[in-house]
Amino acid sequence: MSDMEQFRQETRAWLEENCPAAMRTPVTTDADQFWGGRNPNPTHPDQVVWMERMAARGWTTPTWPAEYGGGGLDKEEAKILRQEMGRIGARRPLESFGIDMLGPALMKYGSEAQKQEHLPKIIKGEVRWCQGYSEPGAGSDLASLQTRADDQGDHYLVNGSKIWTSYADKADWIFCLVRTDNSGTKHEGISFLLFDMASPGVTTKPIKLISGSSPFCETFFDDVEVPKGNLMGELGKGWEIAKYLLTHEREMISGFGMMRAKKTLGETASENWGRAGERLDNAPLRHSIARFDLDTLAFACTMERVRDESNAGQGLGAASSIFKYYGTELNKRRNELLVSASGDVALEWDSEASRGGAISRDWLRSKGNSIEGGTSEVQLNIISKRVLGLPS
Amino acid sequence: MALVLNEEQQMLRESASGFLDENAPVAALRALRDSENLQGYSAELWQQMAELGWAGIAIDEAYGGLGYGYTGLGVVLEEIGRRLTASPLQSSVLTSATLIQLAGNESQKQALLPAIASGQTLATLALQEGRVHRPTHISTTATAADNGYLLNGAKVMVLDAHVADTIIVVARTSGTTDDEEGISLFLVDSGAAGVKAEAVTMVDSHNAGHVSLTNVAVSEDQLLGELNNGYAALSKTLDIANIGLSAELFGLSTEAFERTMTYLRERKQFGEVIGSFQALQHRAAEMFAELELARSIVLKALHAIDSDSDDLPKLASACKAKLCEVAARVSNEGVQMHGGIGMTDEFEIGFFLKRARVLQHTFGDYHHHLDRFALLGGY
Repeated sequence: MSDMEQFRQETRAWLEENCPAAMRTPVTTDADQFWGGRNPNPTHPDQVVWMERMAARGWTTPTWPAEYGGGGLDKEEAKILRQEMGRIGARRPLESFGIDMLGPALMKYGSEAQKQEHLPKIIKGEVRWCQGYSEPGAGSDLASLQTRADDQGDHYLVNGSKIWTSYADKADWIFCLVRTDNSGTKHEGISFLLFDMASPGVTTKPIKLISGSSPFCETFFDDVEVPKGNLMGELGKGWEIAKYLLTHEREMISGFGMMRAKKTLGETASENWGRAGERLDNAPLRHSIARFDLDTLAFACTMERVRDESNAGQGLGAASSIFKYYGTELNKRRNELLVSASGDVALEWDSEASRGGAISRDWLRSKGNSIEGGTSEVQLNIISKRVLGLPS
Repeated sequence: MALVLNEEQQMLRESASGFLDENAPVAALRALRDSENLQGYSAELWQQMAELGWAGIAIDEAYGGLGYGYTGLGVVLEEIGRRLTASPLQSSVLTSATLIQLAGNESQKQALLPAIASGQTLATLALQEGRVHRPTHISTTATAADNGYLLNGAKVMVLDAHVADTIIVVARTSGTTDDEEGISLFLVDSGAAGVKAEAVTMVDSHNAGHVSLTNVAVSEDQLLGELNNGYAALSKTLDIANIGLSAELFGLSTEAFERTMTYLRERKQFGEVIGSFQALQHRAAEMFAELELARSIVLKALHAIDSDSDDLPKLASACKAKLCEVAARVSNEGVQMHGGIGMTDEFEIGFFLKRARVLQHTFGDYHHHLDRFALLGGY
């Protein structure tokens, strides 16, 4: 038996033994996701059990180095783990901006002390992170941010505000872009700070969205003292880290909506629109769904190909921009089609029949996918300039 | 199978690219179109391609081929797509050799496959009868006669019809038009009495034509596969052929796109290069994303052939539908973004538009395959 085959069998056996039955059901609402942190508020006790078992093996972060508590798996092993988790429908044990966004940047730009301090807590789900990027005056034009961090000798004094901070009201720490120098271009003088959301002077205020939910907050900093040691990377060189981290954010957002489907759109549409023999009884809807399914298939093949190319040492330059652009546009199409396929009940806001307006709320929320993390238009700008070499 | 080209396939791409750049650029197609050549392809070029092994690339080694599989053939077709090279590769190798490998008995394979692999024999598939691709819509008849059958019917969109040595005729031996059951395949010598094959000048300057069959006598030995049960092998062949044509469409689209991007970086209007205009940039970026998706699904589908996947029919229709959509978009935008010069015959971008449409239509266009994809998906 090859090493990989042995790894697969051991992994399969371990997952069978350790993944609780409740954690093998599809994630259908936000409440099914588990984020950990100081106040984890699990909606099912097995969320904690599953996360802790996986974290003990480092499998909340399979490819991170074992010295910080990660799984230490190579890409081939990580792929096997993913496949085996997929085989039994195992949920991701821990949702985390620490894993998806900060971690990779921390390993690339952080000091050894910062890695020692933060990586293990991310892996074990002990600290929940949020991202302080956008500001009221700096959305697509992120680099024009104005939140200041003034040098006070042994610490920085942070003043300003952030907006669209996902789950700021539930997060324990923030990674935050601040301006430490105003003298150069807007891309210069930006620094990358890590600090505790429990620090005096930090307040948050949820923002209610058109979907009725409020995953985002406004976050205010009023004379917040941040120790000098919490600067990540070089002073004034934070934009490079910001961009690097954004590529990870885009990959994360582009995966939104890829997992939540108990029924295919064809099945849902057939139930509500009826059948004519072996066909869904509406040709235009059939066409729209087929186009969507086709693009979804081609997109999934692209994710597989890019991952395999990366494993083989080849690479696609603007992969994250393509994924972000295409994945979010696909998710919006899926939500539009789900509303059409489901019929008018999908537009009820809080009825039992509509499961509390689940479809319409997801549909409304999806509108933000092509805005957050860099709009679709910004992604197209990035592709045309960085990949196609078209001039400004 | 990892979704990347292996080393052998990468080397094949490089050698195909170098050979075709030297021997078969788009200018060669123009020269062929404007010449008195009645064959519709360069026999000398075809001989060179056969010597490189391309005619036997997906044919088993036992029958004189290279046994590289369809991913290898797809790599060559992609490079051919980039240069719009005219040759019998699609009719004889991609389609006919595939069908003979799938349906033929040992003596038929021995008789035909080595000859196709060496480029000496050209074979083609005579399938379509109406104005659009409907593979079960077969009215051509094969009626029992002394020691065999008599074929009667008329076929259109037969690739390389007038230069093929062997024509695989799809005929009905039972059932009614549109039944899958009752379809049989026959190996017909193009020189047989009652066979008339004529070329039709097509928009893309590649070979296609009509074949009429009037009381063509064939023996039992010329039946390819089982009587009445030819459809399964035919359908699988069409899946494979459509994936191969998708690889060609991908090469064509990529080249048309790259040429258009080069133009956008050079052409100046209003004192600026037109590639600096966001209206064009966003359309270009969207096309780039679509081409990346196209690349992925073509490779996935080629691998599905080589791994004998159960998903082949659905993947084949998905692949062809996607590539039809992308090729239509990129070839149309290619002309539009070139502006007036894109409308001239002197400039090459129009050749890509023309070839794209014929490839799209061959063995089923976007509408055919998207509809089949939906049907196979249960709706």
